[in-house]
Amino acid sequence: MKADVAVIGAGPAGLAAAIAAKENGAKRVVVLDREAYKGGILPQCIHNGFGLHIFGEELTGPEYAARYIDMADNAGVTFMMETMVLSIDEHKVITAVGKDVGITTIEAKAIVLAMGCRERSSGALMLPGDRPAGVMSAGTAQRFVNMEGYMPGKDVVILGSGDIGLIMARRMTLEGANVKMVLELMPYSGGLTRNIVQCLDDFDIPLKLSHTVVKMHGKQRLTGVTIAKVDENLNPIESTSEFVSCDTLLLSVGLIPENELAMGLNIQMDSVTGGAVVDSDMQTSMDGVFACGNALQVHDLVDFVTEEASRAGKAAAQYKKIAKLFVNTIAGSGVRYVVPQKLVRDGIDKTLFFRATKVTRGWYTIARCRGKIIASRKRVMCAPGEMENLVIKDADISGGVTVTIEETKT
Amino acid sequence: MKEQKVTCIVCPLGCEVTVKTQDGKIVETTGQACKRGEKYAAVEVTDPRRTLTSTVRVRDGASPLVSVKSVKPIPKELLFASMKKINETRVKAPVKIGDIVVPNVAGSGVDIVATTDVA
Ligand SMILES: Cc1cc2nc3c(=O)[nH]c(=O)nc-3n(C[C@H](O)[C@H](O)[C@H](O)COP(=O)(O)OP(=O)(O)OC[C@H]3O[C@@H](n4cnc5c(N)ncnc54)[C@H](O)[C@@H]3O)c2cc1C
Ligand code: SF4
Repeated sequence: MKADVAVIGAGPAGLAAAIAAKENGAKRVVVLDREAYKGGILPQCIHNGFGLHIFGEELTGPEYAARYIDMADNAGVTFMMETMVLSIDEHKVITAVGKDVGITTIEAKAIVLAMGCRERSSGALMLPGDRPAGVMSAGTAQRFVNMEGYMPGKDVVILGSGDIGLIMARRMTLEGANVKMVLELMPYSGGLTRNIVQCLDDFDIPLKLSHTVVKMHGKQRLTGVTIAKVDENLNPIESTSEFVSCDTLLLSVGLIPENELAMGLNIQMDSVTGGAVVDSDMQTSMDGVFACGNALQVHDLVDFVTEEASRAGKAAAQYKKIAKLFVNTIAGSGVRYVVPQKLVRDGIDKTLFFRATKVTRGWYTIARCRGKIIASRKRVMCAPGEMENLVIKDADISGGVTVTIEETKT
Repeated sequence: MKEQKVTCIVCPLGCEVTVKTQDGKIVETTGQACKRGEKYAAVEVTDPRRTLTSTVRVRDGASPLVSVKSVKPIPKELLFASMKKINETRVKAPVKIGDIVVPNVAGSGVDIVATTDVA
């Protein structure tokens, strides 16, 4: 089979990329996804809070997904569901295995990588103790409760205060579980204040900052965990350890971009974001291969996923092999990473996305080129958990652009 | 005099607002860095409401559950009563997005509607 644009993943990123590709003239746009349903992770995110930026109203995950699934169907996008992409080669030939088609290949003029992210597992955490049943990622629990209608446990401890963990604390409480506490290793929460208030405070669930799980108990089924406070170097303080009985431990300890396919292609990766290095057209180091959504960088707001993916889809539809003029972006003081990593000099203004390294109040986000400030914003607050952005004018770019977060603007 | 603490969620600053009330009337609000916090805290103290989202069991459907939400926020004290009603409810497939699944849940005057299609 041949395609003008092939999109891997039918989550919000893949859907938006496919719609934009169609709108920008690509004839045959094919979306492949290993699941039987479209929308990626959204069908299991049944809570509201999606789409405020784009639609001006708070939708639930399934409702947000439904809008883009309708748009994609109306635009004439072809879907190949229950089709797992196994590999991509340097000639942009995709090999996939599908429920109905068996092994199949697709020759694409341009490819958009939109595989989303996966959760860090307990294996990645190296907790001592046995591996009893009852220990799972918050996302797995979300899927059990919201899609299969099965409660994974009664007495619950949650490790990590990311938004998925907070949302699940509320969800399981409403379904009758006793959520005993949420533990966070860092001295600040990784989730939105709104979620701390509405998911924990509303139900009197304590959030223990600078705390972690040091041991799991139980042979077949989890019977409890030992928790402890940590010092400034995040090492557990033994004298503070205490036993908490529980039959379920949910882990909400971070997300990592899903990028086995990109790595198989030898695309240049960013070791900080865990995603590919891209230019402002969302093109990776391989010509005609684009990346967006959580496969590129872990997003907190689906609206930004949609916007980023639209840019990728448009660029994929217009893709021609040409020599581009680039400058690099650089994460300076107070900034963990900047996406895109390269800016194409094409006359179009650019939005830079970046994350802070620490919590600051009343500081400035600043973009500089050759020492001159080309964009800045005063921020009531910056936190590692909330993505920041700055818009810069193409005309102001005369070399590398450094982004910093500083107390004063000088 | 009653004193209640409310975390403002209108912006990321998250001010800790203290509201003093006398016989249900607000007499003083302190701690907010701006006017929006005063308004938010007043509603939180007098009539706190939340949008409720959950799932309802489906008979003979392509999936065992349909996701649902309250079309408007419902009073906070009715959340658990509403959950009880939602968990007792069974619907027959097909269900369409926007279908009323539980009318006037727990006497709140707010309907629970489907947020997805189930064939
Ligand atoms: C468990 C979990 C829960 C989340 N909950 C929330 C939340 O409550 N609120 C919130 O705002 N954000 C949440 N997020 C963040 C959320 O993922 C993003 O906002 C958004 O869904 C990202 O969209 P995406 O299209 O990039 O990825 P996804 O929605 O993850 O979609 C990726 C798609 O790619 C498919 N795919 C991957 N690899 C392959 C392959 N090799 N072949 C074929 N198909 C493939 C997957 O099946 C999936 O359908 C959550 C993320 C996770 C992982
Ligand atoms: S009171 Fe004002 S500044 Fe403080 S959190 Fe609320 S909106 Fe933000």
